[in-house]
Amino acid sequence: MAVLSEELRNEIRAQFPKYPNKRAVVLPALHLVQDALRHVSIEAVREIAQLLELHPSEVHDTMSFYQFFKDEKHQLGKHRVWVCRSISCMLRGGEELLQHMCERLHVHPGQTSADGKITMEFAECLGACEGAPCVLVDDEAHMNITPEKADELLKNL
Amino acid sequence: MAEFQPVLLARVGKPDSHLLATYRRDGGYEGFKKALGMAPAEVVATVKDSGLRGRGGAGFPTGLKWTFLPKDHPGPIYLAINADESEPATFNNRILMEEDPHQVLEGIAISCYAIKSKTAYIYLRYEYGRSYRVLQKAIDECYAAGIFGKNIFGSGFDLDVVLHRGAAAYICGEETGLIESLEGKRAWPRIKPPFPAIEGLFRKPTIVNNIETMACVKNILDLGGEWFKSLGVPPDPNNPRDAGSYGPKLYCISGHVNKPGCVELPMGITARKLIDEHGGGVWKGRKAKAVVPGGISMGFLSASELDTPLDFNGPGKVGCLGLGTAAITVIDDETSMVDVLFNCARFFAHESCGQCTPCREGTAWMHKILTRIRMGEGQMRDLDLLTEVAASMGIIPGTTICGLSDGAAWPIKNAIKKFRPEFEEYITTGRKTVKPSESLMAAH
Repeated sequence: MAVLSEELRNEIRAQFPKYPNKRAVVLPALHLVQDALRHVSIEAVREIAQLLELHPSEVHDTMSFYQFFKDEKHQLGKHRVWVCRSISCMLRGGEELLQHMCERLHVHPGQTSADGKITMEFAECLGACEGAPCVLVDDEAHMNITPEKADELLKNL
Repeated sequence: MAEFQPVLLARVGKPDSHLLATYRRDGGYEGFKKALGMAPAEVVATVKDSGLRGRGGAGFPTGLKWTFLPKDHPGPIYLAINADESEPATFNNRILMEEDPHQVLEGIAISCYAIKSKTAYIYLRYEYGRSYRVLQKAIDECYAAGIFGKNIFGSGFDLDVVLHRGAAAYICGEETGLIESLEGKRAWPRIKPPFPAIEGLFRKPTIVNNIETMACVKNILDLGGEWFKSLGVPPDPNNPRDAGSYGPKLYCISGHVNKPGCVELPMGITARKLIDEHGGGVWKGRKAKAVVPGGISMGFLSASELDTPLDFNGPGKVGCLGLGTAAITVIDDETSMVDVLFNCARFFAHESCGQCTPCREGTAWMHKILTRIRMGEGQMRDLDLLTEVAASMGIIPGTTICGLSDGAAWPIKNAIKKFRPEFEEYITTGRKTVKPSESLMAAH
């Protein structure tokens, strides 16, 4: 059974004209698959490789380099919430915020809440330092986050 | 002197600043039209004469970089835009992309014409989701209006602009790491030479430029190289390698200040003025103990070095690695430098790509040694050990391929040299910094 739907395959194929070769589509393809399936399984890696005319190990090599992509053992929740721990956020309470949010969800960074809704992560500098501490929900930045605001954010996901 | 009026940030914060309609109303894409009426070599000469140096961190002269492309190359030639802004405390590119994307895109169009490139790739860090959506919409607007695509404005010039998202890795901001990543591989930097201008993206001649640099190019075409050169600091006569620090610069201010933010000023302002006149002063009525001059890779300014001009030449004079991204982080006098340095070391240990052993092992060990010191189990000799490890990694000692390692070593070298008594006191008193969040992060 193929894990990539025909629709997903077409979305990947639609990237081909942007680049002179198909290998450059590895990252866009990994993004598309992870967004849709919340992880990239070994079978998905094989199918991406077939589409891009690569060896599966080439796709896996790229995928595993970026810790951003998760395999079937580390499936992401519906939302991914990142708390910045780098210098500007650390100076303004980023680490305490991370701890607070992890405790709320009863998880360690990298783990997903029991209801499968939220994967908590720490991030290195999110580039929103004027609003430290900063939290990224999926790929949207939320600035000047207090523990109260964090609870509100989590509640609304 | 009259107050400086921002140019790069002129449209930021205005209603609908991200839309093509308002951009054109403000004279947008006229500079691109002007460039299309010039010979590409003239555009290169204009940028070269303006004295513009790259805004990404290294400060290499932009026009000069463009001249390194092979002459009469049959193509393709690529422009790769480095929008992987990941240096801690740096966010000026994000503001440009979110608030005034067309300014950046016009700079890209002009630069492509100058270097005879028909394709530009914008490598955007994943975390900038809003930038991604705003930029993609702006690119779509340009295609619909005939600003990108075939035979632009009847000039015969074709241009495609592709937005490419990264996957949260700091190393992708290193230009050859970026190229490898764009090609679909792990972002391991390449040995230079060959430099990207000779053999870069897809093994073709490639120029890699920063987002803010592109915004500068646009304004140089609009206002002239003379305008650009009228701002900033001329070359230091005592430093034959200094090419001057001309033009306006976006300075980021973060950390322990009352008013963090991004300001545009002529190059050469001091950290003290940035804090007091633009950052609302140090928070809670405290004093600054240290300031990161341009991203943590550059090291630290001590409290007595705050009057150092933040131009390409200044920070180096007080032992910093350079100006970097001109993003200052203010650290107040109640913060432990041990905690700050630990944070820096943890960052680099996490972000080293692992290709070169001195960096992979060096960053990991510096992190471990600082962890030990913070656990109250540090020894005096650890400070010399840290210095020794830091001195042995990087391009400067010649042991690594890219400069990530030099950037990882610099805060260590600076902190232990400039704040040694504080580290010694920490070790001799057996202090500990216990934060429950640390054990959380060790588990990941």
